[in-house]
Amino acid sequence: MFEDGAIINELLIERLNYLIYVVLLLIGLHAMIAKRNLIKKLIGMSIFQTAIILFYVSISVKNEATIPIYKAEHDPHGAASKAAAIELNSTNSGKPLYAPTELQSSETQQYANPLPHVLMLTAIVVGVATLGLALALCLRIQQGYGTVEEDELLVKLERSDARYSLSPLAKAISSRRRPARNSRNPRATGKSSSTPKRSTGYGKNLGSTKASKPSTAKTKTTQANKNPNSVNRKPGTTSAKIGTKKSLPPKKTSIKPAGKTSPQQKKGTE
Amino acid sequence: MGLELLNIFILLLLVATALAALRVRDLITAAAVFGVYSFLMCLLWAEMGAVDVAFTEATVGAGVSTVVLVATIFNLKRKSND
Amino acid sequence: MKWISLIPVFSVGALLLFAAKDFPEWGDPHSPASQSPVSSHFINNTGVDTEVPNMVTAVLADYRGFDTMFETVVVFIAGIAVLAILKGSGRRPRGRHRSYKLEAEPDLIVTYTVRLVVPVIQLFAFYVLAHGHVSPGGGFQGGVVMGASFILIALAWDLDHALVRMSLPRCMVIAAVGIIIYAGIGFLSMFMGGEFLDYAELERLLPVSREMARYYAILGVEIGVGFTVASIMFALYANLSSEGRLKGGL
Repeated sequence: MFEDGAIINELLIERLNYLIYVVLLLIGLHAMIAKRNLIKKLIGMSIFQTAIILFYVSISVKNEATIPIYKAEHDPHGAASKAAAIELNSTNSGKPLYAPTELQSSETQQYANPLPHVLMLTAIVVGVATLGLALALCLRIQQGYGTVEEDELLVKLERSDARYSLSPLAKAISSRRRPARNSRNPRATGKSSSTPKRSTGYGKNLGSTKASKPSTAKTKTTQANKNPNSVNRKPGTTSAKIGTKKSLPPKKTSIKPAGKTSPQQKKGTE
Repeated sequence: MGLELLNIFILLLLVATALAALRVRDLITAAAVFGVYSFLMCLLWAEMGAVDVAFTEATVGAGVSTVVLVATIFNLKRKSND
Repeated sequence: MKWISLIPVFSVGALLLFAAKDFPEWGDPHSPASQSPVSSHFINNTGVDTEVPNMVTAVLADYRGFDTMFETVVVFIAGIAVLAILKGSGRRPRGRHRSYKLEAEPDLIVTYTVRLVVPVIQLFAFYVLAHGHVSPGGGFQGGVVMGASFILIALAWDLDHALVRMSLPRCMVIAAVGIIIYAGIGFLSMFMGGEFLDYAELERLLPVSREMARYYAILGVEIGVGFTVASIMFALYANLSSEGRLKGGL
């Protein structure tokens, strides 16, 4: 294959432009694979697309051919056509006719091939639409994860995948209680496991929540600053039971322990 | 022969700008060099006789595409790690 | 990762170069692409069929008009999708990521120049659109130049100035109207008895010959394309530079 450098001669000298198109394609492809920054990947994608369009357009070139717009002698609205049309219209009384002539095959070679140009016009516009959409996705990623570097993104995705693979209960714990890890409430981890029990077991709690809905807003706002980890509780129960729980300050902010212990507490006190 | 030389020259410049757009660390510089790349493509196509394609690439590639890239980088961190 | 990624890249390159030696020579008039009957038909018969001197515009809007309609739809969908992704997403101003503060006032020289230049740009956009039959140009190019004039207003002052003139709901309405114009001309020709996008049947409505009916329908179709592309280019910029909030931005 390498006799006398024939293939290298062909590639390098006669078809040097095709070699450079391939080099541009490879630059774009390598950027899409190997770069870590998402914006660099998109620039690589754009380089790839324009290199392909360049290859297609270069197929349409003919030696000593002009642009694909009719020259003066073939122009359908030019002088030659008008002269022929006057002759035609003198014998025709219908709608006015022009008389452009069909080109002969020998004259076809004077014009560059218009078909690849048309296809590549569509390709360029679709390419910019794709680029706009990809950049919108990059912005969204930046808002969600704070970075557009691929390695940092992978680390964050692994962390959120590890969190997601727990049960939904544990996920609710880790997502809700994360700001409350250093709260003074020792029952922090038991709070969300109490949530399903509260709704099913204690009709008293449910009734009190519905009855005290108008007061929830007030209790929320007044106690929001005091209890940072009580945002998601049912405020009705707490407001109903705050009076009874004054003797047990550590259990003040959690509802389920309050609901569970207050009957016992009441039994105890009574 | 002169046109062939011009073609080859512009193609070599294209390879140089494509490499530069991917190597610089500052993203806004990368967007600007990408604009230069689009403009060189437009020149190449105008020389090849594809005037409609060159017009479209000049407006869309060197115009809107570069501006939209800069508008996005405006909201991101300007320095990339590679 | 970077060194492993060179393996598929170089293998693709080797495959392409292996095929490259079969390619025709540069500018060969006897290459298969240049000799194909389709492109010869286009070059020979564009003048006779449509009387449009610019072959590329005629092929784009008449012979391949179906492709162009769906390309316009693709641009429209991209604009909608960017709106859907970014709208209502950036609630807090993300000033931490910006390495500079944007407290600059609009510069005097820039605003004066832009005030003089933008009407000229818009007039040029109309010219490019309308003159696409005879010179390089057409719907896409004219539409993009028009959208770029609004982007220029947004760059010289701030985004609110540009949105006062061209608000986003109006952008979306204009984009949809562009596609309705295109498809409407197609359906009109269908109701006149021809096929979808067979413009020659419009001669029953207009007092011109069949070929000139195609000429004017190509113009109408390019106007539709120009509407859509202009509004979507500006909507793309407005959404991307302000993260969907439409306040602040470049």
